Amino acid sequence: MSEIKPAPKNAIEVRDLNFFYGKFQGLRNVTMDIAERKVTAFIGPSGCGKSTLLRTLNRMYSLYPGQRAEGEINFYGQNILDPKQDLNLLRARIGMVFQKPTPFPMTIYDNIAFGVRLYENLSRTEMDERVEWALTKAALWTEVKDKLGQNGLSLSGGQQQRLCIARSVAVKPSVLLLDEPTSALDPISTGKVEELVHELKADYTIAIVTHNMQQAARCSDYTAYMYLGELVEFGETEQIFFKPNKTATEDYITGRFG
Amino acid sequence: MPEKHLSSQFDSDLNNISSHVMALGGLVESQIKQAILALSQFSPEAADDVLVIENKVNSLEVEIDREIASVIGRRQPTARDLRLLMAMSKTTANLERVGDEAAKIARMVKSIIQGSAPRSLPSSDLRVSADLAAGLLRKALDAFARLDVSMAVSIMREDNEIDKEFDGFVRKLITYMMEDPRTISASLDLLFIAKAIERIGDHSKNIAEFIIYIVKGEDVRHTPLADVESSMSN
Repeated sequence: MSEIKPAPKNAIEVRDLNFFYGKFQGLRNVTMDIAERKVTAFIGPSGCGKSTLLRTLNRMYSLYPGQRAEGEINFYGQNILDPKQDLNLLRARIGMVFQKPTPFPMTIYDNIAFGVRLYENLSRTEMDERVEWALTKAALWTEVKDKLGQNGLSLSGGQQQRLCIARSVAVKPSVLLLDEPTSALDPISTGKVEELVHELKADYTIAIVTHNMQQAARCSDYTAYMYLGELVEFGETEQIFFKPNKTATEDYITGRFG
Repeated sequence: MPEKHLSSQFDSDLNNISSHVMALGGLVESQIKQAILALSQFSPEAADDVLVIENKVNSLEVEIDREIASVIGRRQPTARDLRLLMAMSKTTANLERVGDEAAKIARMVKSIIQGSAPRSLPSSDLRVSADLAAGLLRKALDAFARLDVSMAVSIMREDNEIDKEFDGFVRKLITYMMEDPRTISASLDLLFIAKAIERIGDHSKNIAEFIIYIVKGEDVRHTPLADVESSMSN
């Protein structure tokens, strides 16, 4: 428990972030750091702002008019809230996987290759290698290597979700945002995705939103507890689940919230 | 902090285990009471009572640990619930050990009775420290029931007193043994009893430390008393 950890480098630094859905304020003065090559989990009851926060990190909200963010989100020193930020480039570097698996209605191969073609001009062999590499990273290669030409939608839910993770990984991002990636999956697929998260953090910074507190406890290094748009407590996962500093956090994680 | 979980079944599981731990404490206290009676009146009946109660203590210990494992397996408790369950498991083990010490005293008393050793030895001194140790255990159980940190700290302090009593008693026994070697055998029996009493104090102190662990989340098992006192007053 008293293991001494070197101070991690931050991939993302959120400073005084406020977020508005029209007139409704979804996030209030959130300030936190997301450490490089660590898993940061966001927990909290529905509507607490955890998904909102995740969606600001790659400006997914910019797709919707009337939604705006104030403050700073520094991604390796660059404020991504800057209106001049190239969003396609940003999303290639900060990938996202959603709650429901969202494979494209195309072959397994093209699901992976599609995104890569937007950013890179690879030869056929190079592309084959990239597809294999991404599927291997997502622990799906051995299951699909003989059916790359099949439609991605023919896979099981758990496989589809890993396909989506492979798709995000294929463009070689530095951050992966996972928004309740296992809430639609059975326990075995969930276990595979969690194992994957553990392996991916060797190369990627991961932020995960989850309703499953035990999942946060199992696979994250840092945990943020949010409530009503505010960051209530943020710290090392072990500390949050063993001895949180705030009673509000303790009430939530011990199931006394109500 | 709201005391209740969303799941009332979880609350009742935890309450059920707590009350079993308290019941175990009660059984062990009655063992000590009978052991002290056996010691002060050289009563073989009282000594036998201690040994009879021991069987109940052992089966309750097993039952409590089974219940704790079941809650951990089914509820994946966190934070203070997790600390409470860990502490209850360890408290149970300590209480069972107190029961063992009481049984040890009972067996020694029986051996003294059978040996018809000279009773001029200072066994009344033992009565005093046994009462101290029994009082300390009672206090530890009270503090556990109320999760009272300041009481826990005072228990840790008082255990030091029992340890000093023990050291003094050992010196006294040595004097007796040097003066009259015929008292050596009986003195050794008394020494074992004194040691058992001293251990009861130690187990009470351990329970007090678990109370601090539950409430403060700090493991003070190997922390000097002065440091515990200053960190708890903050």
